[in-house]
Amino acid sequence: MSATSPATTGVRRWEKDPILTVEHLTMRFGGLVAVGDLSFDVGRGDITALIGPNGAGKTTVFNCVTGFYKPTEGRIVMRHGPGANDALVERVTQSAAQHAEAGGSSVFLLERMPDHLISNKACVARTFQNIRLFGGMTVLENLLVAQHNSLMLASKFTFGGIFGIPSYRRAENQAREKAVYWLEHVDLIDRADDPAADLPYGDQRRLEIARAMCTGPQLLCLDEPAAGLNPRESAELNELLQFIRAEHGTSVLLIEHDMGVVMEISDHVVVLDYGEKISDGSAEEVRNDPKVIAAYLGVDDEAEIDIPEVRADISHGKQPAAGEAGGDSAAGGGQ
Amino acid sequence: MSDAALPTGFAVARVAASLRDAAVAAGLAAVLAFFFLALRTDIATGGLTITTRWFLFGTAVMLVFFGRLLLNLFFFKRGTGAERAVVAGAAVLAAGIWSAIGAAGFGAGLRSMLIGMVAAAIVVAILALVSHWRGGGAQAAGDKALKAAGMPRISILTSWLGKALFAFAVILPFFFAYFFPKQDRQYIDLAILIMTYIMLGWGLNIVVGLAGLLDLGYVAFYAVGAYSFALLAQNFGFGFWLALPLAGILAGCWGLVLGFPVLRLRGDYLAIVTLAFGEIIRVVLLNWYDFTNGPDGISGIPKPTLFGLEFKRGEGGFADFFGIAYDPIQRFIFLYYIIFCLALLTNFVTMRLRKLPVGRAWEALREDEIACRSLGINTTNTKLTAFAIGAMFGGFAGSFFATRQGFISPESFSFLESAIILAIVVLGGLGSQIGVVISSVVMIGGIELLRNIGFLKQVFGPEFEPTQYRMLIFGLAMVLIMVWKPRGLISTREPTAVLKERKRIGADMVAQGEGH
Repeated sequence: MSATSPATTGVRRWEKDPILTVEHLTMRFGGLVAVGDLSFDVGRGDITALIGPNGAGKTTVFNCVTGFYKPTEGRIVMRHGPGANDALVERVTQSAAQHAEAGGSSVFLLERMPDHLISNKACVARTFQNIRLFGGMTVLENLLVAQHNSLMLASKFTFGGIFGIPSYRRAENQAREKAVYWLEHVDLIDRADDPAADLPYGDQRRLEIARAMCTGPQLLCLDEPAAGLNPRESAELNELLQFIRAEHGTSVLLIEHDMGVVMEISDHVVVLDYGEKISDGSAEEVRNDPKVIAAYLGVDDEAEIDIPEVRADISHGKQPAAGEAGGDSAAGGGQ
Repeated sequence: MSDAALPTGFAVARVAASLRDAAVAAGLAAVLAFFFLALRTDIATGGLTITTRWFLFGTAVMLVFFGRLLLNLFFFKRGTGAERAVVAGAAVLAAGIWSAIGAAGFGAGLRSMLIGMVAAAIVVAILALVSHWRGGGAQAAGDKALKAAGMPRISILTSWLGKALFAFAVILPFFFAYFFPKQDRQYIDLAILIMTYIMLGWGLNIVVGLAGLLDLGYVAFYAVGAYSFALLAQNFGFGFWLALPLAGILAGCWGLVLGFPVLRLRGDYLAIVTLAFGEIIRVVLLNWYDFTNGPDGISGIPKPTLFGLEFKRGEGGFADFFGIAYDPIQRFIFLYYIIFCLALLTNFVTMRLRKLPVGRAWEALREDEIACRSLGINTTNTKLTAFAIGAMFGGFAGSFFATRQGFISPESFSFLESAIILAIVVLGGLGSQIGVVISSVVMIGGIELLRNIGFLKQVFGPEFEPTQYRMLIFGLAMVLIMVWKPRGLISTREPTAVLKERKRIGADMVAQGEGH
């Protein structure tokens, strides 16, 4: 694998203190290799973008990280607490355990955990490319369902809750306050009692982010959060993500096609093409990486021939649909 | 835009299209009815004889023609008031003429003419009412302000309906004992039966309505509850009150056992496997002769006591203890209050659970299972709790059934029971508690009511046997209700948590879960 991160020397910020490490991740569906030997880091407190042309395997990576797919090969490590914690990671990997704790920091091997524990214990929350809200439940209920595990504990697994013990009532009030807090920050407080299916598209996107945040995540995975948003809504989304990071210290991993969003807010961009990483670095570096320009942002024909890597790719028959990518660059990359 | 503003050409084309459509339908009916209605073979000495019944045949075809025409103008194509009036008038006239022909030519008598007129008039009246009602509904849906004003009104209506039903249920046995002293036993027995089905409906509502898991074998839990009590009483001499919780727990355990294999199944497969499990229970009860006494059933199941007081004549009984005159109705009143309290318990627990995290997780599971998993909800446990709690209430109802009957056999737990309970839940509206009550009263009460339709004999003649048409009428009524209200009688959903204003959620937003 040839990850060409041009310029800069030394250890990168996200390598020093990664919250999530994806190592040699491979996902095969029958004969199809959707993701092949992919490794990258997500820095703690960073906004990391995973980009690539359609079908590059971005959502597959997401599904592996959040436990919806079991990866064919590879290791996905989630860390609570600072530092890379390599010794602890090795110890868990050698044992049969899913996670281990030492000195206030814990390590989770996500490829070994079922999806609901990844959200519950490893504190990884996600949204979906095609919005998955509880349409027949109100906006407020959606946010209360997201706090299921803490409420379940408070209700003593229902046995206490059914008799209305005071500690459950307190917990429920706290849960409502948390929901109200997030409703205010995604500007949906006036629609709290409306069914989620009734909201306009942009509101649904924001509600899904609020719902994910109500689980109290350390890593928030957003699958194309700006898809279908108008420029004003995109700008609001940027602000929301900046707020989430600044106020809650939540690291964000996002898949995005909207280059405006990606370039403006990402600290770190990983570029995928055909399930392999073709570039990894800061937004600026990736933007100027000729492989990325060729594969994703698109270049005109003469320029393509002049880039050696692109020529190599063409000779390997791996040239992506330039016309489609070119359209993307005209909309997003040209700013 | 009013109908009058439409161009006349359009109206004519619409009537023509409706007429054509009705003619095609009548043609199809004629082809089908020819062999079934027009010709009749009877076994006679020396072979078969054919009799023709042209009047019946003609009536059927005409019914289809005018019915289709009216449906077209009232529902499908929305004709103008004038068109409807003309067609309705023509229908009544045709029915009258046809009846007269029948009376004159075929000697069916004056009565059949009257029947024809009355039937046609009733059909027209119902259609006109329904169409008026639907027109009003459509207008309200179009007008946001009206809708906003209309929603709370419906909400208040159902809440008052609930209160009124509850108040009536509390005084019901005394109401019947006072006003219908001759038939009080019959009516209270019917009320007990309806209440049992309400409880079963509420229990199944947890699984089907809230968690969205289609369960076609709910009667298995009913059977487990009934047999648990019967066997505990027979082998260990347990009384009703001791056996009741045990029966619930055993049925709940069976719910878990059934829940495990069906966890991974979706949609039709889930329905089929639950159906099979329901049948397995029945077949085991039927064939495990040493344990369950097989098809002979178990008899002599003890009656419930009131703190040790039996409802019997003479020394030490309930009447003797309180110094009142013995009356067998006292036992029925007591039974009624037992099932009433059990049903209330079911309702209370369900309403409570809906507002707890587990209940919200059930509903979230019905809405979107994948989103649930992404939020850290253990969907396996959530489904199992729904199955187990639903089963537990089924078990309670089962042990009540056993004590009420005094005798149980596998016959009582056939698939038909599951189907009726599911029909109650679906007809009432998935997830709606009050809907289950209304549909139980309509379905169980309706079936019983149709046993007493002797008055139809006065209309159709002494040779008419109304009980033969019981299930037919019942089926028709169900079809009509589902056409009129495809998502059940009460299809709106009450939110479980409210910030500022309680708004009901329309059925079109609420998902139906697996298997629908």
